[in-house]
Amino acid sequence: MTKAQRDIIIFAAFCLAVLATPLLLQGNYLLNVFVFIGINTMLAVALNLLLGFAGQISLGHAAFFGLGAYISGILTTRYAIEPWMAMVAAALCVGVIAFIIGFPILKLKGHYLAMATLGFGIIVYIIFNETVDWTGGPSGMSGIPNLALGPLIFDSDMTNYYLIWVFTLLTMLLSINLADSRIGRALRAIHDSEVAARVMGVNVRLLKVQIFTVSALISALAGSLYAHTMTFIAPASFGFNFSVELVTMVIIGGLGSIYGSFLGAAILTLLPEFLRVFHDFDIIIYGLLLIVMTMFMPGGLIGGFEALAAAIKRRKEA
Amino acid sequence: MLSLTKITKKFGGVTALEDVSFNVEGCTITGVIGPNGAGKTTLFNIATGLYGQDAGNVYLGEQNVSRMPPERLVCLGMVRTFQNVELFGHMTVLENVMVGLHTKSKSGIFSCAFKLPGQRREEKTIRSRALKWLEYTGIADLAEITAENLPFGKGRLLEIARALASEPRIILMDEPAAGLNSRETMSLAELIKKIKGSGITVVLVEHDMELVMDVCDTVVVLNLGRKLAEGTPREIQENPEVIAAYLGDG
Repeated sequence: MTKAQRDIIIFAAFCLAVLATPLLLQGNYLLNVFVFIGINTMLAVALNLLLGFAGQISLGHAAFFGLGAYISGILTTRYAIEPWMAMVAAALCVGVIAFIIGFPILKLKGHYLAMATLGFGIIVYIIFNETVDWTGGPSGMSGIPNLALGPLIFDSDMTNYYLIWVFTLLTMLLSINLADSRIGRALRAIHDSEVAARVMGVNVRLLKVQIFTVSALISALAGSLYAHTMTFIAPASFGFNFSVELVTMVIIGGLGSIYGSFLGAAILTLLPEFLRVFHDFDIIIYGLLLIVMTMFMPGGLIGGFEALAAAIKRRKEA
Repeated sequence: MLSLTKITKKFGGVTALEDVSFNVEGCTITGVIGPNGAGKTTLFNIATGLYGQDAGNVYLGEQNVSRMPPERLVCLGMVRTFQNVELFGHMTVLENVMVGLHTKSKSGIFSCAFKLPGQRREEKTIRSRALKWLEYTGIADLAEITAENLPFGKGRLLEIARALASEPRIILMDEPAAGLNSRETMSLAELIKKIKGSGITVVLVEHDMELVMDVCDTVVVLNLGRKLAEGTPREIQENPEVIAAYLGDG
């Protein structure tokens, strides 16, 4: 079996599991949690393209998510634009913004890039809070219309689940395709040795900006979906904490692993449900998780599983 | 093929290179030698666009390529390897060489993500051509190994395979024999001759005199940032100035 064939089988099995999950969770509030897992997976995969593949950090991805949500929200509630159109407009707008800020920002490396993206995230967060006439300020914006496909309106947990997961699965599939392609290899090459990538003809500067743009665009799409399924948005969902949470998801799951991003998103979305007692301490728990993971499992959960499988195989052979 | 004219480079108050000029003829092997700190690697970094020079020009064929970034130079047929072996450590040996074919393919993000038919065809070509270069350098059996797990000597060969995959007209190698044992150095010498035989010009910076004298057609000697001598290996070996520089006779 070739690697490509194995990839298809694993993805098909994953799709089946995703499609079957609601049948097992009928009437359970967890279905709503799984909608969030879908949105967070989409965001984590998007960030993984930048962080896991190209090795460029962003501590401001919650801002792209928020911009997508607010542009969709404002266009539909204030200008009565059709939700699907608003979604496309939001994604394109955010893509253009990311492309423009990408050129100066991605010249920076390491801590400086982290600081610049962090700054961008904070600025956008402040705009959400202060432009009250547009966004409703800290108390948020409500009455955002649901998406609809003919007579089918996406307004229940069940319909939202399938809506979100269609987009999430598509994002995952495209990212898996990208990983094993000319562009995916070039991105991973940048991660390992920027100078060698340049010498081999990779236009490092442009490719970084391109993947940053794609990553932001997918995040904005997730933001629009979020706005239209929740029908209510407030700045608190798009702050610095959430940017850090996204980075944590990617690292816990495994840098560069698409299924890892799903695992990370699932764990960080489910965890608060089971740790309600620790409510206000969740950011501390994430921090601890991040420290422990980077110290003992730098490859993330997927990397850890792979190492474990290899160890078992060696033991069997010995 | 490659000419450097009056290259000068200063780092702060230190002059690393001063008025260095020489020509590299097509289909030859040129060795650049000199004591430590003579400016050999700096010269390479300028020729391949990693550093900008303070004065002087670099010509590739007829074209002035001074200060052109490396990602453009590779499209014009000039590629290099590094003294410390710059591999893509987390990628397989085959994938490393596939990156070498980056300029020979053109699928963008969109066609890669959607696996459009053109991209699939291109991917097959990239794979088969990369395998060909692994066979050429004799490391095809290591194709699926992660590059960071390669022994040093094999890493060198991989770096050369990756550079050759870009189908260069000229390849610059920075100390290709450093860290190799004598048997590996001998097979490296064979490989370098084979590369020349297939019509590619080779320039190498090297400390291993035996290798330089064995493979090079022309040798350029640098000392303290200046060109000290240029000639055939035999002429260089007999040049009293070169002998003095190497024996440390100021």
